[in-house]
Amino acid sequence: MPLDTKTTGFKYIGTRPDRPDGIDKVTGKARYGADAYAPGMLHGVMVRSPHAHAKIKNIDASKALALKGVKAVVTRADFPTGLEGEDWNIQENCMAGEVALYDGHAVAAVAATSLLLAREAAKLIEVDYEVLPHVTDVDEAMKPGAPAIRAGAADYSVPEGLHPNVMRYIEYGHGDLEAGFAAADLVMENTYKTEATHQGYIEPHACLAQLGADGKGEMWVCTQGHWFVRRMSAAALGIDVANLRVTPSEIGGGFGGKTTVFIEPVALALSRKAGKPVKMVMTRSEVLRATGPTSSSSIDVKMGMKKDGTMTAAKVTMRMQGGAFPMAPIDSALDCAFSCYNIPAVHHEGYDVLANRPKQAAYRAPGSPMAAFATESLVDEMCRALKLDPLKTRLQNASREGTKASFGPTFPRIGLVETLEAAIAHPHYAAPLGPNQGRGVASGYWMNWGGETSVSAALGEDGSVTVSVGTPDIGGSRASMALMAAEALGIPYENVRVNIADTGSLGVNEPTHGSRATYASGLATIEAVKQISTKLCQRAADKWGIPVEAVIWEDGSAKPSGPNAGEFPPLTIGELAAEMGGTGGPISGHFEATPSGHGGSFGTHIVDVEVDPETGYTSVLRYTVVQDAGKAIHPAYVEGQFQGGAAQGIGWALNEEYIYGADGRLQNTVFLDYRIPVASDLPMIDTVIVEVPNPGHPYGVRGVGETGITPPLPAVANAVHAAAGVRLRSLPMSPPRILAAIKAKG
Amino acid sequence: MTQIHVTTTVNCDEVEFLADPRETLLDCLRDKLGMTGAKEGCGTGDCGACSVTVDGRLVCSCLVLGVEAQGKTIETVEGIADGEKLHPLQRKFIQHAALQCGICTPGILVAAKALLAQNPDPTEEEVRYWLAGNLCRCTGYDKIIRAVLDAAVEMREGV
Amino acid sequence: MVKVHLWSGLRRFTDGADVVEVRARTVGEMMKALVEAHPGLEPVIKAGVSVSVDGKLIARGLHEPVTDDSEVFLLRQLKGG
Repeated sequence: MPLDTKTTGFKYIGTRPDRPDGIDKVTGKARYGADAYAPGMLHGVMVRSPHAHAKIKNIDASKALALKGVKAVVTRADFPTGLEGEDWNIQENCMAGEVALYDGHAVAAVAATSLLLAREAAKLIEVDYEVLPHVTDVDEAMKPGAPAIRAGAADYSVPEGLHPNVMRYIEYGHGDLEAGFAAADLVMENTYKTEATHQGYIEPHACLAQLGADGKGEMWVCTQGHWFVRRMSAAALGIDVANLRVTPSEIGGGFGGKTTVFIEPVALALSRKAGKPVKMVMTRSEVLRATGPTSSSSIDVKMGMKKDGTMTAAKVTMRMQGGAFPMAPIDSALDCAFSCYNIPAVHHEGYDVLANRPKQAAYRAPGSPMAAFATESLVDEMCRALKLDPLKTRLQNASREGTKASFGPTFPRIGLVETLEAAIAHPHYAAPLGPNQGRGVASGYWMNWGGETSVSAALGEDGSVTVSVGTPDIGGSRASMALMAAEALGIPYENVRVNIADTGSLGVNEPTHGSRATYASGLATIEAVKQISTKLCQRAADKWGIPVEAVIWEDGSAKPSGPNAGEFPPLTIGELAAEMGGTGGPISGHFEATPSGHGGSFGTHIVDVEVDPETGYTSVLRYTVVQDAGKAIHPAYVEGQFQGGAAQGIGWALNEEYIYGADGRLQNTVFLDYRIPVASDLPMIDTVIVEVPNPGHPYGVRGVGETGITPPLPAVANAVHAAAGVRLRSLPMSPPRILAAIKAKG
Repeated sequence: MTQIHVTTTVNCDEVEFLADPRETLLDCLRDKLGMTGAKEGCGTGDCGACSVTVDGRLVCSCLVLGVEAQGKTIETVEGIADGEKLHPLQRKFIQHAALQCGICTPGILVAAKALLAQNPDPTEEEVRYWLAGNLCRCTGYDKIIRAVLDAAVEMREGV
Repeated sequence: MVKVHLWSGLRRFTDGADVVEVRARTVGEMMKALVEAHPGLEPVIKAGVSVSVDGKLIARGLHEPVTDDSEVFLLRQLKGG
């Protein structure tokens, strides 16, 4: 698709207007997942396995069903059989079949007239388990003798001789690895580990579902992608997608974790059985035990470097467990591992492994933070050994336009060099440090995504415009869409209303994921509203009696293209819209595509920490994010993405982890114990928006949502090393671990 | 279980509801009074999304029983604006882009208002520690802290 | 002929080759030709792959053009958060 990319001279793009949904969200009016009620509504509650791995021998719901007000109980027997592939995985994760695969796995659900009653009834459902041996650690799960969670399920890629828990195997690379390492002055190799973390959205999963015996249903749900919810729920229940209409609520955070289903098919099944609408809302413990944490990982990295800092070869082997289901994000982790660098020889190997943990879900740049933790930590260790400046060494080896990427193709125009140059020039990089303080830097990459996109725009009778998009607004995207529509039409920002449409109103849209919303829905918004101005030019041409080729659209008005076209005063969008009923009828625009020109985004972070040698506690003193946005449509929300990504990465680096007991049960199932960063843990987070326009978007946009979580893991580890003289190769760098490392050093 | 009749004042209005003694104030506000501005993020008093004030004191409404509201004065996010006129904190949150998904915003606004009522000129550190009981996963807190400090300036200067 | 670069894990389906040459004008023709030349690739392509043409990542655009000069990579399908 040829795009007439415009990158300068904007009127609205780059300004910071109030978001259109601002008032609703500061007054408590905005309706989120749990804020919906329906007449005659029942409340649904799940029964979950207390075992990490157990055969379900029998489920007896008779005592629950005997309670007055209990209307339905469902188990796997209420779902169709014969599903395959990812459809089966999703159905199995939403409701266990023969075996409970992790602590918290749903085994039954009950609907009753009140939430208290439903909870009481859930306790009365008796499940007879035969406990099986379990494994939760990725390295343990690959060892001979580890319990096979699903023997025979490995796909074509797994070579013979590996443990049946290995579901997928990936291997790729280019260049002469041996020659590369031989040419190096220094070769270093280390193993790194990261623990699973949770997306930690503050809004638990919630839905209000209604499904009739005729297979027609409706659902209100907090999700990043309601077409995904529709498809997955319909598949799990064996109904037609077109019969299920899904309306997205406002969404209280997702970060990838709300791109799949957990309770939704179950709420629909309960509703069908009870003949009434059913609301289900997860508790926080359910969210932590049974929704998508990210994978945990174990990574070997080896790298060769010359004395002057030139990287000569690099090799990574990555093992990730994604819970009791395949599809841990080894692919993107490997692709991101060396993507920042132009290295003549690279080799990647990855293992996707099952363990008795919840099914991993996407979490902000899936896989990239773990890979960056390993590779960017090792780069730092090598720069230390060779006494090289870590940012200048990165710049010296940086990927740029024309570099053959570590994952294969040649990079188009990218902005890593610009972020590194801006970081080197930033006053933070040269600021003095005190005792027990240290500075760390790291870079990171996310390739971003385009995805299936369908957008409509309709002209109102007064010249205002309604844009309907299919990507839920998680972080201000309505404002970005309105800015792009205003810019393309030349009308005020306030004259554009952006709605998030339900599944019955547009073609299929992928979720707000992959940092795609501003890129893809934005591109489609621009193209859709341009159809409106094209049609308005035709109406003006008809009115003036001149050919449409002689009419141009400028500043919200149709104008003759030049003196030869005739002398006519401009017709504004308002004037043309007021007459549209009599000049040819309603005017709208529609655009759908799977745009593929999403450009990747690189970022470079600088962090100062202070490590208390007595306690091992790390304070983050100063933080700077530098990232390429291509073009920042609404800079305040771009900064917000940078800051939010950094904060999540800091939590992952220092504090957050899934802690499993010897019994395979998750031990930290509330926010008190699974502690995400709070306001007093963090400093202000400085941001520098670099703009290297993406030629694949009309205004140069690159997705910005995900890259920001990637550099903090290694940047903080590098800063801790600088501050305390110890290298932590395992996350999180919690105070006891740092203290132990300091003591071991002596 | 027998329900108990509760009379209380919410955002200056006298209201009545029947509460099961096991139900929290948050449940009652949301499910009995239709005031869904306060959110349940955890149910254990860790996230602050359900923050309200009871007789002027900032609490997590998930840790207060509905029956405890008898005879008390409760303020929620729905009562912060004066009709169509937004409170300075609300305006500054929008201006500073201090919300992304917005789920923590009601609780943070209630908490910040309670802070400024007792400390009209807080330092950055005081704001950070006061809001340490209100989790936000989207913003990294930077713009939230700036919005609160900016609102405090405006309220002090009485603009 | 279009030169399609495969990831090395696929070599066992292509008699050891990590570049396969096929006659094709579009991504769709290319996929079909790949399977015709090396039937072992069918489950891989069916399971979902991305195609990079001159640095542009194409997920499912079967009509997207390829030429003999294009830089074409078959990549593992990716998913964002």
